[in-house]
Parts: sequence; structure tokens; C-alpha cells
Amino acid sequence: MKTNDIILQTATKVVLFIIVLFSVHIFFAGHYTPGGGFVGGLLTSGAIVLLLLAFDMKTVSKILPVNYIHMIAVGLLFSIGTGAGALLFNVPFLTHAFGHVELPVLGDTSLHTATLFDLGVFLVVVGVTMTIIQTIGEDE
Amino acid sequence: MINFLILPILIPLITGVLLIFAAKRIMLQRWIAGLSSVITIMVSALLVQKVRNDGIQTLDVSSWEAPFGITLVSDMMSAILVLTTSIVAFACLIYSFWSIGEDREKFYYYAAFNFLIVGVNGAFTTGDIFNLFVFFEVMLMASYVLLVLGGKKAQLRESIKYILVNVISSALFVIAVAYLYSVVGTLNMAHISVRISEISQVAQPGIITVIAVLFLIVFGLKGAIFPLYFWMPGSYYAPPAPILALFGALLTKVGVYSITRTYTLFFYHDIGFTHQLLSILAIMSIIVGVIGAIAYWDVKKIIIYNIIVAVGAILFGISAMTPDALSGSIFYLVHDMIIKAALFLLAGIVIAIAGTSDLHKISGLIKRYPGLGWTFFIAALALAGIPPLSGFIGKLLIVKGGFEAEQYWGAGIVLMSSLLVLFSIMKIFINGFWGTPRAYKGEDTVPVRRMMIAPVILVAIAVLYGVGSEFVYPYISQAAETLANPNIYIEAVLKEY
Amino acid sequence: MEILMAFVIGILFMSATYLMLSKSLLRIIVGTGLLSHGAHMLILTMGGLKRGAAPLLGEHASSYSDPIPQALILTAIVISFGVTAFFLVLAYRAYQELGTDNMDRMRGTEGND
Repeated sequence: MKTNDIILQTATKVVLFIIVLFSVHIFFAGHYTPGGGFVGGLLTSGAIVLLLLAFDMKTVSKILPVNYIHMIAVGLLFSIGTGAGALLFNVPFLTHAFGHVELPVLGDTSLHTATLFDLGVFLVVVGVTMTIIQTIGEDE
Repeated sequence: MINFLILPILIPLITGVLLIFAAKRIMLQRWIAGLSSVITIMVSALLVQKVRNDGIQTLDVSSWEAPFGITLVSDMMSAILVLTTSIVAFACLIYSFWSIGEDREKFYYYAAFNFLIVGVNGAFTTGDIFNLFVFFEVMLMASYVLLVLGGKKAQLRESIKYILVNVISSALFVIAVAYLYSVVGTLNMAHISVRISEISQVAQPGIITVIAVLFLIVFGLKGAIFPLYFWMPGSYYAPPAPILALFGALLTKVGVYSITRTYTLFFYHDIGFTHQLLSILAIMSIIVGVIGAIAYWDVKKIIIYNIIVAVGAILFGISAMTPDALSGSIFYLVHDMIIKAALFLLAGIVIAIAGTSDLHKISGLIKRYPGLGWTFFIAALALAGIPPLSGFIGKLLIVKGGFEAEQYWGAGIVLMSSLLVLFSIMKIFINGFWGTPRAYKGEDTVPVRRMMIAPVILVAIAVLYGVGSEFVYPYISQAAETLANPNIYIEAVLKEY
Repeated sequence: MEILMAFVIGILFMSATYLMLSKSLLRIIVGTGLLSHGAHMLILTMGGLKRGAAPLLGEHASSYSDPIPQALILTAIVISFGVTAFFLVLAYRAYQELGTDNMDRMRGTEGND
């Protein structure tokens, strides 16, 4: 049976970007306030799940041709790499570096290697969630 | 290099991640996994030597100072166990090359394998009770994957039970940590020990005893002691030999290590109740394990029940709390990890040849496979503790410690159990290897010679470990000294106390 | 407040135990979820309930809530999220493979295959 989901599909096209933007906001907010990679990752995967609900598996994998298992691995590499970078400087594992940098457009910006760690978490969360949903969803 | 003690955790972790990318290229995976395993062995051997020379190594992860952040602590016991884990992992890995099958290899077998090692090494190394929980979960997650990989009906069914048991025990672990945190207000193991000493100056409060028993339940479920072993024979029966060897040699021992750590570092003030309980449960485990091992006519089941016997013997030594008994327990723990892995791998070869694990249907293997037969024979003697093989010294020290602690019954039962263990394992030898040779379907396709490499290495190490115990003993006694005297551990972690 | 929390946790554990003792695999998984919720609530309560500023922000609040239990709960939630997800996928596979979600019928007769 063909269902009429035009409203959902149209709404998704708009809402998707709002959710993704919000997840990016939450991700960066995690620097000093509540938020971070885990929540941001869950929000992004929520957006992708919404896309899956509105369209179907094939369309979505055409739009986002990502191997989610590799995404997990890349995320893990980011997180472990950030932690293991400390080994090069002979400080304890996972010790982070931070400081204020003068950037051309943004002006005085506080940069922190923990953001890279969080980016890894973000990727892992998206990868894991989507892998789970794909595993259950794909054999219908 | 202050980060030295994290390398046995970090190397398998990075390897596991890299192996995800190489999932479809089997030869590449084997090379990466094998190389990283060798490097891990070398690093952990260096770590043991470093601990021997410079004392306990600690690392405050992320530069947060000791009681506040997560601390990794490598004392002699954990360093030795990390080394043993790396060796056992290497043996299981090269055994897998010729026996695990392409389907599994393509489905992230080696990645999960490495993550399991991360969990085990991490659990041995961590100095933070909640971090211990996290590493337990890493290890369990990997073990779920390894258990279910292949997707046979029996595997699916057993995985469900295994996961359910472990989810419940994880919840209990969290609850126990919550109780402990509410009483002592810290999670650093050394700091917990200090706080418990402060509040137990007159007498150990009842709540600490409750927490001790709760921890015993949690770790006992992982370590398969009586009466919490019920899940083990079924779940360990399902997976193929290398995974079974890995589980049997490592996973239960992590539970045993955790009991040892908590009962020597935290709950040593009132050994009248908690250690008495531990000792009774240990003896019951020995008895139940021996009964199971004698009763079954199945190669895998016999060795699986022998795990319970070994766990009981080790914990009996811990419960006696004398220096001799503690060294005996550590000695026996290392011995058991090596020899159990060897026996499971040998049993795997027997099953691969015969196509069944039922002893009634196997006989006369020694005619065609003398090497296999004699290796099994040596491993069996080592398991039962025939001098000068490795099981002997451990058991001797445990029994000696038991007599010193005036636990004559327990020590007697440990002694008796050796005899019955020998009987149960000789049952495999007599029925499986002697008798009239039979022809088995498909036995020619089994690469016996290549599969023999790993167990031969392990048995050789076990023999050397027993014969060279003179050389090994200083390391073991250093480990036991730290266990018997928690202040050494505490001073190494919290520098100012 | 602690008394109320104790009751809530007790009810969660009770329902979790009830669900885990049932035969349907899905109910068992929901039970494990409730069990871990109960454990998380227990950590929160055990860490001490109090009104105060968030642990992360500012240095001027008169009382802080202890950040450690919250960090522990976050970790435990992530872990139980992972385990539950794995369990669900496994249950789904088992349902496909064995054709039932009833634990009694799953026991099977093949025994030692």
C-alpha cells in the first residue's frame, strides 16, 4: 500500500536542517556549557532517522553514501589520537592542550584539543546509532 | 616514558580500530593483529621488569591528580597478569588463523578480539573502581560479539542468557559502587582503602561488610564461583575453540583478580566474616567443579568445569590471607591462565579431528597424532599439579598457606581436588587417545600441524614456568607483598599519604 | 526527598525483576532497561541530593551539587544504551533464526549442536 506522506516529506526537508544546525550548536556549546559530542551526535542521528522515516532506506543511502562502521572507526581514531598525542609530549595520556588564538575572521578564539576528542565522540555516536538502525531496518 | 603502563591497553585499542578498516582483507588483518600482539607482549614484559626495578607504576590520566582523576596503577600483580594475558591472546590469535574460518574473519573477528584484550588489560591495570566497571563493560561487549559471531542457533540462545546474566551483574556493580561512594565519597581504589581504614578503626561498620558481599556477588558472577557459576557451562559451550580458550583463560580470571584486589585492598579489616564466606564459597566451588568435571563425558564440559575448580583453589588462597597463600594464588592464577588456554586449544583440535566432543565417540587418537597426544598429556599433568610442572608450586603454597591459617579442611579439599582433577582430565586422555583408532569423517582437512603451534607454545611456557619457578618466584613474592601490605599500594598512588 | 527516591528506585527494581522473569524476550529487554534506570537513580541518590548550582558553571554559588555521580550516571547510561541496543539486535536476529521470542520454546531440543 502506498501511503500519502507528502506532509512528512516536505516538513522533513526543512526540519532536517534545523536539527542538524542545532546539533552543531550543541556540539560546540559543550566546550564550556552543557552539550558536547554525545548529545550532538544523538541529535544528528535523530535527524537522519527522521529522514529514514520520511523517505526510505535506498533514498537515504543515496543522499548520504556513508559507511557507518567506518565512521565509528574514524571517530575512535580521532578520540584515541587526541589522547595518544599526549604521549609525544611525555605527559599523561589524554592530557589536553588549550589556549587563545587570534584568528583572521573570528578574532580571539579559545581553542582546545578536547574539541577534537569530542568530534571523535560525535562521529562514534552517529556511526553506532545509524549502524544499529540500519541493521534492524534493512531487511524488511 | 611515564605513559608506559597504558601501552598494553592502547596498542590493542588502536589495532582494533585499524582492523575495522581492513575488515575484508584477511591476510592484512592477520599481519596487523599478529604484529600488534607481539609488540604488546614485548611491552608488557618490559613493564614487568620496570615494576620489578622501580616499584609500582602509576599514571594520572589526563593529568588530574590522584584521588580526583582516574588513575592507572601497575603493581607487580597487574603487570604479571597483563603479560600473561598478552601471551595467551597471542596464542589464541595464531590458533585462530587456521581454525576460525573466513566468515568470522571478515566479520570483525580480529577487531572484537583486540577490544576484548583492551578490556582485560584495562581491568587489570586500572586503579579506579568505576573505571574498572567501564573496562568490564568493554570486555563484556567484545565478548558478546565474539560469542554470537557465526550466528548458529545454539550461539544465539546462549548469548541471550549470557548477556542477561551480565546485564544484571553490571547493574549490581553500579549499585555496589553507588553504596561505596555514599560511604567513602571517593572512587580511587587507594583512597577508598584509606577511607575504609579511617572508619573501621574500632570495628568494621556493617555497611562495609554489606558492600563487600555485594562486590563478591558481582565479581563472583564474572568469575563463576559457587553458586553463581550456573551460566558458565552453557555459555562457554557454544563458541569455537579459540574464543572458548580466550574466555576460559581470561574472562573468569578478571573476576578473580577483582575479588583479590577488593578483598586485599578494601575489606581486610574484618576478615572473620567476609573472608570466611569467601573461603566457604571457594571450597564449594572446588567441590561442585570436581563433581561436574568427573560426571561429564564431553571434552569441552570437563575442561569448563575445571575452570570452576581452579577459581575455587585461587580464591581459597586469597581467603587465607597469609603471604604464602597469596603468592600461591598468584602463582596458580598465572599457571591456570596459560594451561587452560592450552587445554582448550588442544581440545579444539581433538574436536576438529573427531567432529564431536562426545568422549564415547572418540578413541585412539594417539596412533595417528602422537604429538597431539603427548602435548595433551603434559598439559593434563600440569593442570593437576604434578611436580615439577607449573601447577605444583602454586597448589603447594596455597595448601601451605591454608594450614598456616588453620583451615585444615579447606587445605585438605584443595589437595584432594588435585587427584580428582587428574582423574577427570585423564579420562579424556584414556578414552580419547588410547583405545582402538577410528576413522573420522573429514579429519584429513584439519591442519593439525599448524593448529598445534599455539598450544605447543603455551605448554612449553607452562613447563618453563614450573621448572624455572626459582627464577619466577621473586616476581610473584613481590606481587604478594603488595597484596598483603596495602600501604605499599596506597603510598604509590597517593604520594602524600 | 531521599525517601521518595528510595520508593521510586524500589518500584523500578520491582518492575524490572517482574519483567525479566517473564517469558517474552522483548519484556526481558525492557526489564534490563528499567533495571539500569533504577541503578542510575540509585547513584544519584547515593551521591547526596541537594539544591545548588550546576557543578560546571561559575565560582560564586553557595552550594554545589557533586559532579561525580552525574559523570558516573552519564557513563553508565552510555554503556547501558550500547548494551540494550546490542541486546535488541540480538533478540531480533534470534527471533528470525529461531522463529520465536518465547524463552521456553527457545530452549530447543537439539541440545549439543
